[in-house]
Amino acid sequence: MLLYPSRSAERGARNRRHGPHGPVLVPWLTGRRTRLPEGARMAALAGAWPRRRPVLPLLVLLTCVLVVSVVCAVVLGAAHVPPTDVLRLIAAALSGGWIDSTDVPAYQIVWEVRLPRVLLAAVVGAGLAVVGVASQALVRNALADPFVLGVSSGASVGASAVIVFGVFAALGIYALSVAAFLGALGATVLVYLVARSGNGITPLRLVLTGTALAYGFSAVTTALVFLAPRGDAARSALFWLLGSLGGATWQSLPLAAAAVLGGCVYLLGNARRLDALATGDETAATLGVDPASLRRSLFVVCAAVTGCVVAVSGAIGFVGLMVPHLVRMVVGAGHRRVLAVAPLAGACLLIWVDLLARTLIAPRELPLGVLTAALGVPVFVWLMHRRGYVFGGS
Amino acid sequence: MDVRIDGLTVTAAGQRLIADLRLAVPAGAVVGLVGPNGSGKSTTLRCVYRALRPSAGRVLLAGTDVWQLTARDSARRIAALTQEHHVEFGYTAAEIVAMGRSPHKGLLDGDTAVDRELCEQALARVGATHLAARSFLTLSGGERQRVLIARALAQQPRVLVLDEPTNHLDIRYQLEILAAVRATGVTTLAALHDLNLAATTCDRIYLLADGRVVAGGTPREVLTPELIGAVFGVLAHVVPHPMSGAPQLLFGMSFGDPEREAACGGD
Repeated sequence: MLLYPSRSAERGARNRRHGPHGPVLVPWLTGRRTRLPEGARMAALAGAWPRRRPVLPLLVLLTCVLVVSVVCAVVLGAAHVPPTDVLRLIAAALSGGWIDSTDVPAYQIVWEVRLPRVLLAAVVGAGLAVVGVASQALVRNALADPFVLGVSSGASVGASAVIVFGVFAALGIYALSVAAFLGALGATVLVYLVARSGNGITPLRLVLTGTALAYGFSAVTTALVFLAPRGDAARSALFWLLGSLGGATWQSLPLAAAAVLGGCVYLLGNARRLDALATGDETAATLGVDPASLRRSLFVVCAAVTGCVVAVSGAIGFVGLMVPHLVRMVVGAGHRRVLAVAPLAGACLLIWVDLLARTLIAPRELPLGVLTAALGVPVFVWLMHRRGYVFGGS
Repeated sequence: MDVRIDGLTVTAAGQRLIADLRLAVPAGAVVGLVGPNGSGKSTTLRCVYRALRPSAGRVLLAGTDVWQLTARDSARRIAALTQEHHVEFGYTAAEIVAMGRSPHKGLLDGDTAVDRELCEQALARVGATHLAARSFLTLSGGERQRVLIARALAQQPRVLVLDEPTNHLDIRYQLEILAAVRATGVTTLAALHDLNLAATTCDRIYLLADGRVVAGGTPREVLTPELIGAVFGVLAHVVPHPMSGAPQLLFGMSFGDPEREAACGGD
């Protein structure tokens, strides 16, 4: 194999090489075959160009796993409902059919409590996973997660205020979500304004600002919890801070689902630009991407999706950090592939984590953040020590 | 496609990095920018590949101001090797090269067989076919440099902008990469540290100092002991390359000794 693709290209090269000072001595261009390193020759024999495994079978597999997970998570739970009953009741609910009056308690458990909760787990898991991928590209840092922008700590302030002092009481059951969302929005605006400089928002400024302000918000949250007049209020605040889907209703689903879906579509459409951004701002510019404006819109999308997700689930850690890396290990770093797989993986993961959370010590529940950390930390350590996977950096 | 830089001025943080810079890169020519550290080579190049918006002046691409083009249109015409060699996440070299195709792609277009072919050719041109499956982060500095040059080639540009393309490369690849760039026939503007390499590779050379063009012309016109002495503050002796006749510089340090200075001083 020659270093240059064709004979004619080589001849062209030779003719063109007579620079301003006559022919230049470049012997390996004059037709001599260059000995390539062993690996090169083997690669040439093997057809050279590396092909990633196609991602479609994985997507199909994960979709099946997701469906099975949803069914399992609806069937399993603290109260025993036979699987056949579960399916019959869901079918009845979907078709608007009749159920027996003795079925009403089971119906309420399955249709009013478990199904919305399981679906919300899927939505939240998917949202945290894609926003995790996007945040890591946004700040070009493998350790970033959806909360690096300070969004969740802002949401926590809002949620704690509701739980501890009962602000927004007029909004009833929506008070918590609304306050959390407003907190997230406020934090986002603040982080953006502080991180902004003459040349847009740079990754480092964004990470530093997000982290610093997160400390500030946590301090406020802690003060609120500490000042709580009632002990159980403090405990519910803490529970919310660690994430819980206990409050899931059908009403909490549409907005979160729409935000996550919109986020996924936007990010998938911009996968190539995310790849360019991951290679640096200057390089992104040479590839036809305006890094400043892309980063701006990414910031808005990440903050909006995170805000909607956190408002209904609290701050569930580790999903947004771990899932992107696990997915990259399997499908490589290309964003189109990662963004296609990550939401499905995140959804499956969170459904099972939530199932554990409500069954392990039933009838009480564990906060989700406790379980994601318990699972996430060992996985992460294993990941770091695994050969052949590089997080990034050098 | 020719490039003309007209009255380019960049002011950053109150400091004038380049001032009223003028130079021309004829279509198909290889033009080198040489000069001491901080003379404005990279700043000039950054204005050409649109990483930096000039405070005044224009970069004209076949008569069109590059800032009149969209980012994508400009990326379809100009490819660049920047000084950035850090890539986050574990992309393979093949994936890095394939990014060069992105300015030619719509939002949801996949990579076609033609794209793959172009990427393979580009990697072959820099002698890096065997690196295709390797993670970019595990490559050596020189290997990364070659892969990044391959990406620029895969972009099928009409103009190549290269910032220190021979950085980290061993001597064989320095010569080979520059020969490969010449062989493409693409209009090239390159900042080069090695004056001798510039002399053998470039059709024209511009010598920069303090953000201004001190001299421009053929290597023989620009690389004179007087100009090199004035700009770099070193003693240089010019000899013709025994085979090609290109001017080559031999350097001598004066160490402030007037006698040695006289002995080393050019012809």
